Amino acid sequence: MLLKLLGNDQESRFVLLMLLAVTLIIPLCNLIFSAGSAFYFSAYTVSLIGKYLTFALLALSLDLVWGYCGILVLGQGAFFALGGYAMGMYLMRQIGDRGVYGNPDLPDFMVFLDWKELPWYWSGFESFPFALLMVMVAPAILAFVFGWLTFRSRVTGVYFSIISQALTYALLLSFFRNEMGFGGNNGLTDFKDIIGFSLQSDTVRALLLMGSGMILIAAFMVCQWMIKTRLGRVVTAIRDHESRVRFLGYRVEMFKLWIFVFSAILAGLAGALYVPQVGIINPSEFSPLISLEIVVWVAVGGRGSLYGAIIGAVLVNYSKTVLTGLFPEVWLFTLGAVFILVTIYMPDGLVGLWKRKIGGFKDE
Amino acid sequence: MSESAKPFLDRYQTFNFVNKRPVIKGNVDVSHGTVLYMEDVSVSFDGFKALNNLSLYIGDGELRCLIGPNGAGKTTLMDVITGKTKPDSGSVYFGQTIDLLQMDESAIAQAGICRKFQKPSVFEKLSVFENLELSIQSDKGTWVTLFATLNGEQRDRIDEVLEIIGMSSLRFQPAGILSHGQKQWLEIGMLLMQEPRVMLVDEPVAGMTHQEIDRTAELLLSLQGKHSVVVVEHDMAFVRSIAKKVTVLHEGSVLMEGTMDEVQNDPRVIQVYLGE
Repeated sequence: MLLKLLGNDQESRFVLLMLLAVTLIIPLCNLIFSAGSAFYFSAYTVSLIGKYLTFALLALSLDLVWGYCGILVLGQGAFFALGGYAMGMYLMRQIGDRGVYGNPDLPDFMVFLDWKELPWYWSGFESFPFALLMVMVAPAILAFVFGWLTFRSRVTGVYFSIISQALTYALLLSFFRNEMGFGGNNGLTDFKDIIGFSLQSDTVRALLLMGSGMILIAAFMVCQWMIKTRLGRVVTAIRDHESRVRFLGYRVEMFKLWIFVFSAILAGLAGALYVPQVGIINPSEFSPLISLEIVVWVAVGGRGSLYGAIIGAVLVNYSKTVLTGLFPEVWLFTLGAVFILVTIYMPDGLVGLWKRKIGGFKDE
Repeated sequence: MSESAKPFLDRYQTFNFVNKRPVIKGNVDVSHGTVLYMEDVSVSFDGFKALNNLSLYIGDGELRCLIGPNGAGKTTLMDVITGKTKPDSGSVYFGQTIDLLQMDESAIAQAGICRKFQKPSVFEKLSVFENLELSIQSDKGTWVTLFATLNGEQRDRIDEVLEIIGMSSLRFQPAGILSHGQKQWLEIGMLLMQEPRVMLVDEPVAGMTHQEIDRTAELLLSLQGKHSVVVVEHDMAFVRSIAKKVTVLHEGSVLMEGTMDEVQNDPRVIQVYLGE
């Protein structure tokens, strides 16, 4: 059934099957087999793979706006971080009186700052459904306001990219401030439970990986469906010839806004899944560098193909894990070099390379 | 009485909101037989007057040709009508009531004024069929578009247009592989899909072969009556073959209007085209 929805695109099917396998096999092996068995995956591997899956979701969200609508967002990390903070606030409230200061209402950093009561915007976050709603609503509102203002004034191309980067930088600076009430530069951490279950337990970690995988698969399929609707074709047309679309009677800014907000929601979800798995969210997630990295993932995988974004995110992050372990100081140079090489020699990323190869075989 | 209160006390003043009615397609008031009014329109770019107090009226169902030397303001005129360029002064009305200067490009297109560009601008990554599908006359809101499917009638319409532009066999090909002439045809097809009240056609036969030019002339002639068509073209033989009424533009204003014969024998026109 799942495969049917994807039509006859073999590469998408393959990536989907791989995702399903990873989502099911790794957590199960982690739970069933004991350490020492050949089929055992360590808790470290589980949280690592879980992290990759949330990055893949983030890359997917960027590919939708950049690859299909031609809007290069250099601040996609802002939506990711906002989703992460919304989840982080819920996890902070879950700590209850087990914090260092033992205050049942206030998170530690507020007690430390000598605050007497919870700020109004923290209320409601003790409820999981509310937090889950905010994970999507907060990035959506930011994207809506920002997109409404920019798209309506027809800010496009590199100007939009720069403004979006300024947006995430502004958020970085404001979240650094203690008065904001988001834990300043330490961010939110020391999480204990999620819906009453310990974040340290293997089962919860395995379930978080499964959840990330499932949401990634669902988002992948929704995006696949969306780009095959007429809306998807209008969006592609906007990418290739924006002004012409206006003369066909479509309100281009509304379409851009729609896709931008949807992508922000996906990024927010990715952030919310990321935070419980790494155990911390701090303002550095807003840094422009992270947003640029996301662009590199998508470029490496191949923009304009959804499965390419997933492959790119996983591959680049895997290399990052390996390389920062072996030679920590060369990672940024490697990343820069990869980006330059990909831009020059593989404008359509790994997916483009693969397709050319297949095309070459077919021609012979 | 203060100066600022004066406009409100003027008994002949009519307020815009009184006349303002929602724009509904097909609701164009053409009771005076004129579908497009341009009056005293001026546009300048950095001091250069692209349009200079231009006035032009297009009748309902009329086929009008616009000619003029390069830089006469033909394309700027189309830009003004379709909302791409806002004039410095003047008024542009669609029928008796619809003020085009208050609307943006997409609203004007929805109201029923569509345009074929000088440079063929089809969506190259999309197939020929999809290019036509996007042009179809329908609700173009985002949610509607997300769940839009083609009904049988619309499919038939696309097939019909594919037949007219001679591309039935190319329907699943990406538009990017088409030749220049074929792209021109596809754009004309996109124009037909929109079923506009007014069609603005900028240089339709550039890059076409003789047979293709003849077919284009036939097509444009068959459209008059149902649609008002304004054609900008440099190819005089082509203009002669379709035109009943020709308007000559020169330096941003109308030099003269008349039949092709009148225009070609007018000393002013000859001077403009041939120089001193």
